[in-house]
Amino acid sequence: MDFDIAMLVTQDGISNGAIYAMMALGMVLIFNSTRIIFVPFGDLAAYAALTLGFFQLHQRPGTIWLVLVLSLVAFAIEATELVLRKATRRIWRPAFHWLALPCLPSAIALIVPADLPLAAQSALAVAIVLPIGPLLYRIIYRPVANASVLLLLTVSVALHFALSGVALLCFGPEGLRTQAFLESNLDVGQFSISSQMLMMVIAAAALSAALYFFFDRTVAGKALKATAMNRTGARLVGIRTHSAGATAFLIATAIAAITGVLISPTTTFYYDTGFMTGLKGFVGATFGGFVGYPAAVLGALVIGVIESVSSFYASALKEVIVFGSIIPIVLLRWLAAGSATPSDEVEEA
Amino acid sequence: MTRRHFNLGVAGLILAAALLPLILGTFATTLLNYIGIATLVALGLVLLTGSGGMTSFGQGAFVGIGAYTSAYLTITFQLSPWIGLIAALAITAIVAAAIGYATLHLGGHYLPITTIAWGLAIYLLFGNFEAFGRHGGLTHIPPIGLFGFQLERMDQIYYLIWGTVFGAMLAAVNLLQSREGRAIRALRGGGVLVGSLGVDAFRSKLALFVISALLAAVAGWLYAHMQRFISPSTFDLRSGIEYLLMAVLGGAGYVSGALIGAVVVILAKNWLQDLLPLLTSNSGNLETITFGLLFILLLQYSPEGVVPLVLRRVRSKPGTVSAGPSDPALPYRELPARGSQLLKVEGITKKFGGLTAVDGVSFAVDVGTILALIGPNGAGKSTTFNLIAGVLEPTSGKVVFSGQDITGTPQRTIAALGLARTFQHVKLRSSMSVLENVMLGAYLRTDAGFVKGALRLDKEDAVVREIALRALTDVGLIDRALEPAGSLALGQQRLVEIARSLAADPVLIMLDEPAAGLRHGEKQALSELLQGMRARGVTILLVEHDMPFLMGLADRVVVLDFGRKIAEGLPAEIRANAKVQEAYLGGVA
Amino acid sequence: MKSRHLLIVTPLVLSVLTSSAHADIKIGVDLALTGPNASLGIPYRKGLDAFPKEIGGENVTLIILDDGSDPSTAVKNAQKLINDEKVDLLIGSSSTPAVFAIAPVASSAHVPQIALSPVELGAKEAEWVVTIPQPGSIWIQPILKDMAKRGVKTVAFIGFSDPWGDLCFNSLKNAAPAYNIEIVADERYARTDNTVTGQVLKVLSKKPDAVFVGGSGSPGALPHLALAERRWKGPTYASPAIFNKDFLRLGGAAVENVMAATGPVGAYDQLPDSNPIKAVSAEFTKWYETANGEGSANGFAAYSYDAAKIFAKAAPLALSRAKPGTQAFRDALRAALREAKEIVGTQGIYNFKPDTAYGVDERSVVLVKVEKGTWKLVQ
Repeated sequence: MDFDIAMLVTQDGISNGAIYAMMALGMVLIFNSTRIIFVPFGDLAAYAALTLGFFQLHQRPGTIWLVLVLSLVAFAIEATELVLRKATRRIWRPAFHWLALPCLPSAIALIVPADLPLAAQSALAVAIVLPIGPLLYRIIYRPVANASVLLLLTVSVALHFALSGVALLCFGPEGLRTQAFLESNLDVGQFSISSQMLMMVIAAAALSAALYFFFDRTVAGKALKATAMNRTGARLVGIRTHSAGATAFLIATAIAAITGVLISPTTTFYYDTGFMTGLKGFVGATFGGFVGYPAAVLGALVIGVIESVSSFYASALKEVIVFGSIIPIVLLRWLAAGSATPSDEVEEA
Repeated sequence: MTRRHFNLGVAGLILAAALLPLILGTFATTLLNYIGIATLVALGLVLLTGSGGMTSFGQGAFVGIGAYTSAYLTITFQLSPWIGLIAALAITAIVAAAIGYATLHLGGHYLPITTIAWGLAIYLLFGNFEAFGRHGGLTHIPPIGLFGFQLERMDQIYYLIWGTVFGAMLAAVNLLQSREGRAIRALRGGGVLVGSLGVDAFRSKLALFVISALLAAVAGWLYAHMQRFISPSTFDLRSGIEYLLMAVLGGAGYVSGALIGAVVVILAKNWLQDLLPLLTSNSGNLETITFGLLFILLLQYSPEGVVPLVLRRVRSKPGTVSAGPSDPALPYRELPARGSQLLKVEGITKKFGGLTAVDGVSFAVDVGTILALIGPNGAGKSTTFNLIAGVLEPTSGKVVFSGQDITGTPQRTIAALGLARTFQHVKLRSSMSVLENVMLGAYLRTDAGFVKGALRLDKEDAVVREIALRALTDVGLIDRALEPAGSLALGQQRLVEIARSLAADPVLIMLDEPAAGLRHGEKQALSELLQGMRARGVTILLVEHDMPFLMGLADRVVVLDFGRKIAEGLPAEIRANAKVQEAYLGGVA
Repeated sequence: MKSRHLLIVTPLVLSVLTSSAHADIKIGVDLALTGPNASLGIPYRKGLDAFPKEIGGENVTLIILDDGSDPSTAVKNAQKLINDEKVDLLIGSSSTPAVFAIAPVASSAHVPQIALSPVELGAKEAEWVVTIPQPGSIWIQPILKDMAKRGVKTVAFIGFSDPWGDLCFNSLKNAAPAYNIEIVADERYARTDNTVTGQVLKVLSKKPDAVFVGGSGSPGALPHLALAERRWKGPTYASPAIFNKDFLRLGGAAVENVMAATGPVGAYDQLPDSNPIKAVSAEFTKWYETANGEGSANGFAAYSYDAAKIFAKAAPLALSRAKPGTQAFRDALRAALREAKEIVGTQGIYNFKPDTAYGVDERSVVLVKVEKGTWKLVQ
């Protein structure tokens, strides 16, 4: 491999790594706030990308109907609770929160003309997908919010099956790419760096910094962390654990949707692309050891580079190497850290 | 339900199962075969996840290793499938041990992700070897020969499959009730408890991991020789996820959960496949969606799976034991001679970052005496305990026990030297019975391993049971022996911990606030119990707040405040000590 | 209590009701409608709508099951169709390993099978199986001939790391020596990959005269995009499985001038009128695009269409000998599939012979080139 090729492969690795980093950030965010390993995270990114793709094909994306159905279900659940508590006068609140607000972008999508400028289309696609995360949290996860990590993970897996099935139904089995935002390439000396990639890397870095700041330096962020560590304790000090979870999902879905839309010009999205991408992101976060956001990003970048390099040297074994490398890395981390294992003394009855 | 009814019921089920292939058609028998094979894998997961607390998405890969090993050997070298089985088990054991060794120290959320990763890596490898037929797979796998019969038809291999399932489930039940099984079940909830009992948690986890991998390998072997065709896509991540779903759905932690989970998932998928086309032409998609949604609904309704749901309706009150304590066949260990020093703590210090919890504490305990460690809250008493018992490593200082330097050695090594302890925050396994929790205390006194446990060949376990019963009688809880430990009041749970320590036949017993939550009469009984032990030559170190309780009991008292020793001496001396009064009350009385 | 009983009883009743009572001709179909192969399976399924609803006075019912792209589910489905539904004919599946998996089941149960994926079977299994798609040995020929014409001496391969990729590579490997062409690279990528930069860099570093891409559907466009990015100007060839509009849409400018071997249906409007395939292809395209939209015609649905044509020829022959629902009918159908001669389809003209599952010859493949976003015949 000569220098040129090495540069190209590394660049490829870093742009993939940036994508995985966004995935890692979103999934670690949700985990740190709710103890949920949100497997369908990548699926949400795919939804955003495919929604945008359908807009560009002048077709109506099925995401709109998904959001409508989810809002109706969430609203029904909330309304039932209010009826049971004989507090029906307060129904305007969930009606606004769970019905009007989520459906607004979808409603807009139904009435606007098909030929919007790219920026508006992208924003609309993100806005449509944005409520899906909190809605899923309300419907699927809140009833089992106190369950073990294993149960939450199992629910996430089952949800992934359902969501990707819906994606196949809405978008069909074929892949989509969207128009590029920036066609240009930056020329640095001999190398041409795609601006798309640059944008991704900057976005990942900025996001990582923002999340670090949010969780470590703001009260809201610490409240989210507290909710995950000890739900009852958090409630005792007045933290609204339910809205904490929904907030985390909202932020994470925003990350997913924006990522999906950002990479859709250079990535062919299929209905099942999200899973693998999200998985590699999460594996990257594991590399980084879940110690913090910057480490998760670093781990994801490492995965991206490993993937690119092995696709050059041994393309048939590329996935084997990417996933198999977790074992030596985990082993190395363990040996390096001595016997300081993360304390998991949560007494599970 | 009496034992006899239960046995009759089981016999009836077996008979019915044996007759099924004769009644049902070929496809139904085929379905049952698939269910049987899936049960084997799910069984491994039930043990791994439910009992051991480790989540694995990668079992599909082990099924694949079992299948490919045997298929390759029987096709290429024309060996008997039985040799293929042996090879499959051997290779799977090696791979599982290697992976387990590298990854099982991870806890919580890391472990599942790593299982996904290596599960994917192994599955992807299958499609890369020419010898394995690459992505096309292997065909014309020979059938298994048993007693001269070639098991070619579905209804023939049915018996082998279900015989294996039955045997495996029996072995699993035996294992879970055996010595190692109790240790495994105690793994969930944290490593501190099992360490203090002398259990090598890592070894237990590794053994469980390999066992579940072996079960998957057997399933793979059966699968390959039943279907006579294998290709990589059968062993992908989806299959691994599905097996885990079966275990969780059925009820991880219950052996029957594996069977129920497999039955429900496979039948539900088959039923959906029949039903959905009636409703719409887009059925392929809807199957996945409906399956996912149904799963979520079920988990929301009953997070612990189907089996507990059923058991809740069926479960009767736990009975009581009739036993009076008999003379156990296991002798007490020889206790060291009186007059010698058993435990010496020299200047131990523990710093947590900027906080010094224990600062240069020194004291000694003689054989056959009771030493009490007292001090206001936050003085560092429990931390000192943890430093002695090996839960924490001292930042500096030395601990000598029975003449050996045990500074920094892990808990289980110290436990093997004869230390037993209780905890300030009670560490019992609430879903296990009181009796089983106490039997855990005697873990180090016998040595039956996994194989003996699975085959029910451990004769000494009955003795351990007697020992535990006697310990429970000593603390006055014999009536509640069979109840789940979580149903007892906190004070009584502390007594169970004490009984557990008694069952270990310790040289030194460390009790952290044993009298907390006990009523006056119970405290009396406890005091007499401890005095009896002292009379026998057992050494006792205890932390207490209850002054009247320990004044009549302790031989010597050590007082800590802010991590330092501020006084040491006879109980009467300590009571009159001005510094001690100041520490507790803020001023001299 | 009652409602719970209903929950158990209803599915039982329904399943009894679904197994039909009269002796229609029942055709069992196994396809990948979900999972990685769904982009093939779904068009296959849509093409099956061309099957007649009744023939020779008997109703024809299609029972379609999804194997989720997993061959062992395909086996399960085949067993269900054969043992439970007692089908007269088995169609499937959409991938080679699945066909491999089902074939022994069909053979031992004596049920004729029409396969929708190319497969090399031994003489014994081929007794009960016929397959529609062209074998790799046939469709690689026009590609190699064109390479030889251009003086190509070295070719690099990049394809899926899955059975189709294996098949493309093996076809190339087996036939290239006869043309004195050497394969200098064998790179693979997963269907779900987003980038093949590494693989393409490796390919180009070997400086091949030509590149052959063994992909299918829209993921098959990815290497072409990457090659265009690296400014590859040499001849590029593709397998028959990319004949669908999504490939062209995704490939855009990058697939201009790519050549592919495809069934005649790929460029039927440029065939001479004397070629009978032209008329059948026109019929297929009109029918399919009316139902599925302009430009939706693709190679996979075309295979299904041909299966319907073959069935339409063979079934009356079989019906004259036996009643559907009987083993005699299945035997007769099996024989009829091999008796019918010169069945004109969209992908070729079929004559099924005894010792092999294939029934097509050189008339079943043409070389096409992408010009201005459509396929043009290369003479």
